[in-house]
Amino acid sequence: MKTSIFQLILIFLGGLVLLFIVAPLLGIFLKTSPSDLFQTSQDPEVTRSIWLTLWTSMVATLVFSIGAIPLAFLLVRKRFRMKQLVLGIINLPVVIPHSAAGIAILGFVSRNTLMGKAASLAGFDFVSTPAGIALAMAFVSLPFLINAAMDGFAAVPVRLENAGLNLGASPARVFFSISLPLAWRSIVTGLILMFARGMSEFGAVVIVAYHPMITPVLIFERFGAFGLSYARPVAVLFILVSLAVFILLRLLTKDKSHAKS
Amino acid sequence: MLRVEQLSVNMGEFSLQSIDLQVGREDYFVVLGVSGAGKSLLLETIAGIVKPSGGHIYLNEEDITRKKIQSRGVGLLYQDHALFPHLTVVENIAYPLKGRYPAKRDAVKAVRDLAEQMSIQHLLHRKPGTLSGGEQQRVALARTLAMNPSVLLLDEPLASLDVQMKKDLRKLLRKINQDGMTILHVTHDYEEAITLGHKVAVLNEGKIIQTGSIADVFQHPRHAFTASFIGIKNFYSARFLPPDPNALPGLSCAQISPEISFFLQEQVPDGDGFIILEAEDITLSHTRPDSSARNNFKGTILEISPGIKGFEVTADIGIPVHAIITRHALDDLQLREGKDVWVSFKASALRFIAG
Repeated sequence: MKTSIFQLILIFLGGLVLLFIVAPLLGIFLKTSPSDLFQTSQDPEVTRSIWLTLWTSMVATLVFSIGAIPLAFLLVRKRFRMKQLVLGIINLPVVIPHSAAGIAILGFVSRNTLMGKAASLAGFDFVSTPAGIALAMAFVSLPFLINAAMDGFAAVPVRLENAGLNLGASPARVFFSISLPLAWRSIVTGLILMFARGMSEFGAVVIVAYHPMITPVLIFERFGAFGLSYARPVAVLFILVSLAVFILLRLLTKDKSHAKS
Repeated sequence: MLRVEQLSVNMGEFSLQSIDLQVGREDYFVVLGVSGAGKSLLLETIAGIVKPSGGHIYLNEEDITRKKIQSRGVGLLYQDHALFPHLTVVENIAYPLKGRYPAKRDAVKAVRDLAEQMSIQHLLHRKPGTLSGGEQQRVALARTLAMNPSVLLLDEPLASLDVQMKKDLRKLLRKINQDGMTILHVTHDYEEAITLGHKVAVLNEGKIIQTGSIADVFQHPRHAFTASFIGIKNFYSARFLPPDPNALPGLSCAQISPEISFFLQEQVPDGDGFIILEAEDITLSHTRPDSSARNNFKGTILEISPGIKGFEVTADIGIPVHAIITRHALDDLQLREGKDVWVSFKASALRFIAG
């Protein structure tokens, strides 16, 4: 098939964008020697921060999904006043600067606030703790899960849910046996996106909890204290771990993703 | 059994208005209407999916108008089957059985019995997406019957099937009804109503315009819409006038419009009613016919179109009339659109229906 000039222009422009994404990543990999990478992987401070990043983001994703998935379902299925306002609020964390989000969360959970005092009475603290990190991660990454889950539920025909009710099932059974399995693929995508976005968060986390250090904060600190060559191997290692985790998650959830509606 | 009283549903631009229906135990009741008449909406309202704005629905003398969907005991079979795509056939059929049988063995037996009844035993482990339209319909029917409904609501169940499948499914539906299931079936196909129904209601633009036995509704249509369903094109509202002393004795006069009146052979009481004229009973000619026909009108041909029985000629005589003639007659008379023609029919060709 003959390629038209217009198509060539499209390919050229698209290629430039791809190059823009690939070139810095390729550069960082090429400039990092395997020995540096190995040494970094043996550094307890690095491995500790990677584990902390992984599990806090995972916990944030799982804990908040308990409320976010039903919220997405309600937003798709129910009509109510000020629905547009609620939808706008949900997407607010995407548009506000993440350092500002961090300040907002800190103002909400610091020790002299109602929430902070309540947490303190319950025996734990949000500031400079994994709980605070998870909270900051969740704040900025929740829209990804809610929006993906909403897309999934919107693709489930209401007729199927009504058929379930008509067959005598309760609304809860219809939700768990029809709506959720059929929207599962989008929900999994949302969970992975939320997890990924949480892991890569820096701005909000650094304000709520500089310590214990998650990897993005550690990379920033090593760059500030020691320079690019010290920060680079940590960044490469973190990118590799992130890629491995996403591939693993995709493989694990592949068989369960039967969302053809 | 199922009684619908003054049921109204307001959906903005469309509404169901003051629907009255009475479906007796073990009846096969057909609601006939064109697409957009409100048939599916009526079924969804009876099933509880759509909330009515007025009126009542009674099932076995219990008012179920405000009852939850899942507690109504009304089985709705969707036109597109609404099978759960992520579940196998057996899981679909077993869906309403959860909690109904304490022993799993009994539930399995119930599914097997239904599958056998619907002749789908060989499909039990397939997913709905791999089944043909007819197979999906049978699975959906088995699933709805599994809930053991008091009444079965069928939304155009034969619409997407080929001729042989339609025949098989009709037989199956008749059998289900004969086994004691009360059925309310909505369709746009009057043949379905004739072949399956005991009673029929005609729904048009959200209103029931006629209800009765199949014979009563189809032999005595009271609305042009009903008449058009059974292929009667010449259906007119008429005012029957007192006998004209100048007319021949024994003839009645029906005024269709201020300018057009027909003579009938029947003695008809004064008042309003309807006239049916079969298209095959109309004669077309170039000149006023010299025959015993009492009704002769000069008109203009509006349209000529081929049909199963011959050619349908629509002529304007002040009102449109539809005649069916053979190709031979069409060629002989050299009829074409826009040409003047005489339209004649005997007084005995007109059938009177009281208003």
